[in-house]
Amino acid sequence: MQSMRTRAVQPERGLFSRGVRLIASYVRAHPKPFVIACVGAFVFAVASIGLTAVLGNVTDKILRPAFHEGVTWGRIWLGVLAIMLAGSLRALGIMIRRYYSGVSGSAVMATLRTRVSDRYRELSLAYHREQPTGELLAHMEADVEAAVDVLHPVPFAVGVVFLTLFAMIALIVTDPFLAIIGFFLFPTLALLNRSFAKRMEGPARRAQEKLGEVSAVAHESIDGALIVKTLGREDAETERLSVKAGELRNERVDAGFIRAGFEPALEALPTLGTVFLLGIGSWRVSTGAVTVGDLVAFVTLFGLLAWPMRFVGWILSELPRAVVGYARLEQVFEAQVKVEPPIDPIPLPNGPLGIELRDVVYAFGDEPPVLNGVSLTIAPDEAVAIVGPTGVGKSTLTQLMVRLDDPEGGIVLLGGVDLRRAEPQGLRDATAMVFQESFLFAETIRQNIALDTGASDEEVEGAAVMAQADRFIRSLPHGFDTVVGERGHTLSGGQRQRVALARALVRRPRIMILDDATSAVDPTIEAQILGALSGALDMTLVVVAYRLSTIRLADRVIYLDDGKVIATGTHDELLASVPGYTAMIRAYEKGKRA
Amino acid sequence: MSTAPTTTERRDADLELAVPPHLRSAWDVLKLGLHESPELRRGLGFTVVVSLGVTVATLVTPVLIQQIFDHGLKGGVFHAGFVYRICAIALFLVVLTYVAGRAAARRLVRASEEALMQLRVKTFAHIHRLSIAEQSEEKRGVFVARVTADVETLSQFTEWGGIAWIISIAQVFGGLGLMLAFSWQLTIPVVLLVGPLLAIVGRLQQRLTQAYDAVRNRVGEMLSEVSESVMGAAVVRAYGLEEQTDRRVKRAIRERYDAQIVAHWRTATLFPMATLFYSVALSVIVIAGAGFGRGWGLTFGKVTAFIFLSDVFLHVWTDLPEIYADTQTAISGWRKILTVLDLPVEIVEPDHGVVLPRGALSVGVKDLEYSYREGGPVLRGITVDIPAGAQVAIVGETGGGKTTFAKVLARLADPAAGSVKIGGVDLRHVSPESRRAAVRMVPQDGFLFDTTVRENVRFGRTAATDRDVETAFEELGLGDWVAALPDGLDTRVGERGEALSVGERQLVSLVRAQIDEPGVLILDEATSAVDPATERRTTEALRRLSQGRTVITIAHRLSTAEHADRVLVFDEGRMVEDGTHAELASRGGVYAGMYASWLGNVRPDQRDG
Repeated sequence: MQSMRTRAVQPERGLFSRGVRLIASYVRAHPKPFVIACVGAFVFAVASIGLTAVLGNVTDKILRPAFHEGVTWGRIWLGVLAIMLAGSLRALGIMIRRYYSGVSGSAVMATLRTRVSDRYRELSLAYHREQPTGELLAHMEADVEAAVDVLHPVPFAVGVVFLTLFAMIALIVTDPFLAIIGFFLFPTLALLNRSFAKRMEGPARRAQEKLGEVSAVAHESIDGALIVKTLGREDAETERLSVKAGELRNERVDAGFIRAGFEPALEALPTLGTVFLLGIGSWRVSTGAVTVGDLVAFVTLFGLLAWPMRFVGWILSELPRAVVGYARLEQVFEAQVKVEPPIDPIPLPNGPLGIELRDVVYAFGDEPPVLNGVSLTIAPDEAVAIVGPTGVGKSTLTQLMVRLDDPEGGIVLLGGVDLRRAEPQGLRDATAMVFQESFLFAETIRQNIALDTGASDEEVEGAAVMAQADRFIRSLPHGFDTVVGERGHTLSGGQRQRVALARALVRRPRIMILDDATSAVDPTIEAQILGALSGALDMTLVVVAYRLSTIRLADRVIYLDDGKVIATGTHDELLASVPGYTAMIRAYEKGKRA
Repeated sequence: MSTAPTTTERRDADLELAVPPHLRSAWDVLKLGLHESPELRRGLGFTVVVSLGVTVATLVTPVLIQQIFDHGLKGGVFHAGFVYRICAIALFLVVLTYVAGRAAARRLVRASEEALMQLRVKTFAHIHRLSIAEQSEEKRGVFVARVTADVETLSQFTEWGGIAWIISIAQVFGGLGLMLAFSWQLTIPVVLLVGPLLAIVGRLQQRLTQAYDAVRNRVGEMLSEVSESVMGAAVVRAYGLEEQTDRRVKRAIRERYDAQIVAHWRTATLFPMATLFYSVALSVIVIAGAGFGRGWGLTFGKVTAFIFLSDVFLHVWTDLPEIYADTQTAISGWRKILTVLDLPVEIVEPDHGVVLPRGALSVGVKDLEYSYREGGPVLRGITVDIPAGAQVAIVGETGGGKTTFAKVLARLADPAAGSVKIGGVDLRHVSPESRRAAVRMVPQDGFLFDTTVRENVRFGRTAATDRDVETAFEELGLGDWVAALPDGLDTRVGERGEALSVGERQLVSLVRAQIDEPGVLILDEATSAVDPATERRTTEALRRLSQGRTVITIAHRLSTAEHADRVLVFDEGRMVEDGTHAELASRGGVYAGMYASWLGNVRPDQRDG
């Protein structure tokens, strides 16, 4: 999956310029910390060269005389002062650069994360349905990191450029012979690093992919542990993992061998350069071209430059990752918003609300429309069951009724108001929808029922009683204050549905929609719930259901098939007059009872 | 919501396995870890020797400076022969170090990757051998982490951290030895600097590690806020919770940013320390060397060499806290893995197991008790005899012990007391192959593996031919269903089978049971709603699958119980009623109550009539 996605947005041409433009846009978003970091990097470069110069001078003017003609204490202290000054300035430069380049990257990341989260809020439910949760989380965390990580080392690179420039000038000015060694060594180091980074790209990426495959096998196999056991497939599964783990090992060993070739070479090269520097340098000293102090300064300089050279290759290999990461974020930024808030909102009328759909058309993506000209009217306070074969668009239809999505054609009216113009908060207050998959937040049951209504404890518990949820809730470790959801206490499907039902009831909605919302509830309990609901029917009720008992509760049945309303009437009327409906109910009954 | 993080942390801690006493100390973890991974021990000596040798390379520069300054340029005269000879020796050493270092690194990579792979596979195999009591749904994530993330933390250590210790120690002693050889007087102040350096850098490193832990927690919190907002997108929109959710996500983003800034600041204070201490060391060397060196009998070359030597020496100490922190991470990962390997395998298979006959078998349960390692008893004193070929339904409230009972019957767990006999043979004496062929449990979730329909069915009996698979589908009346699949039997089912509907996954599970022709079939009925067409197919397939077998169904629908030969009612781990549907329905007990309310709901036509 990962590799396929990456390939889809693989930037081939103009990668470098795109990367640079990206970095420039980050800098524009938060210029201050970036500029301060660059200043820190400049201070670092100046202080580093300064320190080598100080060391050279200390060697020539303090250490060497100390063993020949002698040196005054005043001069020694002056040398110490110079060392501490250069050293402290260098430390300060490192500190400023480190901190502010960190701040700069984090600030850009926070901005991008906020933008992504804003988009998630604006995009319609359809977008959320199409994207796997893992993908949406990846945009928020991994993609943002990938897109911005490249910014972090940029101030350092700026420092390295200055450092190299100053070092070259110092070398040439002092002695062209010794400069030649530097001109060989540093480009070689940089090229070697670049080639190292390049050669690692393939194996490192493949190792990452293999690691993903190993994780996938481990996840699947351990999730299905029960099936693995019942089928006696433990050994076969171990073999399956073993194959993948073996492939991962091979990739890792490949990468490791490349590293084993380069790393010791990168360690050895500067030392090699130093040996030449000292060999040729001592001849230059004897000719009087340079001093021993110059030699000491250059050896120090070589040591200072060797390490940063290693980052040059690294920054370049970060660029593609950044460009790909940002391209994935752009997909989120550029996704189409479908449900636009109204420009001049109209409040819904008071009192009971009816629902009307006129020629509603809806399609998933590029597929043929699932709803193709649906028209229906539901009177205020009516209880209606929507019935039809699987996949006919019953859930979609109910979602359009509360504007979780907009139809492609036709209009939806609530209490005579076109939903596209209805005032959003009023719409949410008037309606409540319960889904088959009832999502609970990782909060207490009380919070899950009350949500943002500010309902009192009595109201919450009253709703729970009506939803037949109070008995099992009270038996939980902390009753209504038990934390549920992903990391909390796990409830069964039926229990979750009942909490979700209570959540809808506590709002005292004028329109309530149950989308197969009691399917996992024990039939005994479902009967009690529906009994209570029908007793308190001062709302418009729309139910999507399979169970005959649920269907029979409704005043009227709307039979949906082939994207249209086929028939409407009471259950008995439809049984008597609509053959398709009768066949469907019969088939269903047979399945239940056989 | 302010309580959420602590709740989360507590929950995670609950899920972690208790560390056994013999794995508490880091040293024990290391010993046992090396014992479990012999690949790491083999050739370790070579690596250690070479790593010690690599130290030589870091000391080449100071020695060369001292030699050239004191001898090569003695008296201001250039001793060309000496300088070129000593430079040649240095070059030779550097090249030798490179060759040896490369060889050692290659060996280390090979050994540690092999060791990690074996450890991964071993841990994975062990997890699958654990009883279902250990494999609870909540612990799955922990187990997956053991064979993925935890092994990864170890790879850092085996490939780098472990050797870094050896190299560091060698550099400390090598550097110290050389410094003493040059001048003990100059060595003392440099060594004295190590104390404050370790104290300061160690403390800063520790605080940095804490800061990064905090960042990780904030990342986790941010992701769980985002994941709630996207997974609950429908509810958020239907109930107009956008503002509230948005505020929480934004706050999590900001808190993550704040934590990151703290970490940046701590990094920024840690990293300049090396430069600062080096400057202090230089100052001390200049003062002592220039001020008193001559009196101590030092030379210009020795003092200059100290400038570079002290750099090497102090650098090691600045790196140590980081190596130490990495080692701690690795040891804790290793400990977690070893803790899993330490979990006892509850189910011990017999050496020469009894082979059960084919065809329907009886099931005899006597005084059966079962309890999970954590938590109270789940099954208490259950005794029941089920003759071969009987169709039995088990009903009762959720949590009454029905599913555990089914698992014990399939020997996915062994009873704490009492016995289970299949075909008159104690299940513990039956050979595993024969048991799997004779007793087949079909769990309700219908989990499928990410491959084709055909392969998923063949997992039931590996030796099955293509024809066998087709026959099995036809025997259950599912030929037309297969025909309607896009690629027939070669249709891929997707991750966890999610390309198929819940009902369709159950169909494949049933065929998977059919193909192995078990004598005892244990069905855990699905609770989730299934569309009527699939429902009809399932009912028919189940009817056919049940023929000629002993079938024990954990029933969630009373219609299943109604059609069974016999109904067992479970309540709070006990079997409270046992009889036919007709008997129990008229007895006025638990079952009668359940049936009455079910009738009132599901069959208003009967109630009315």
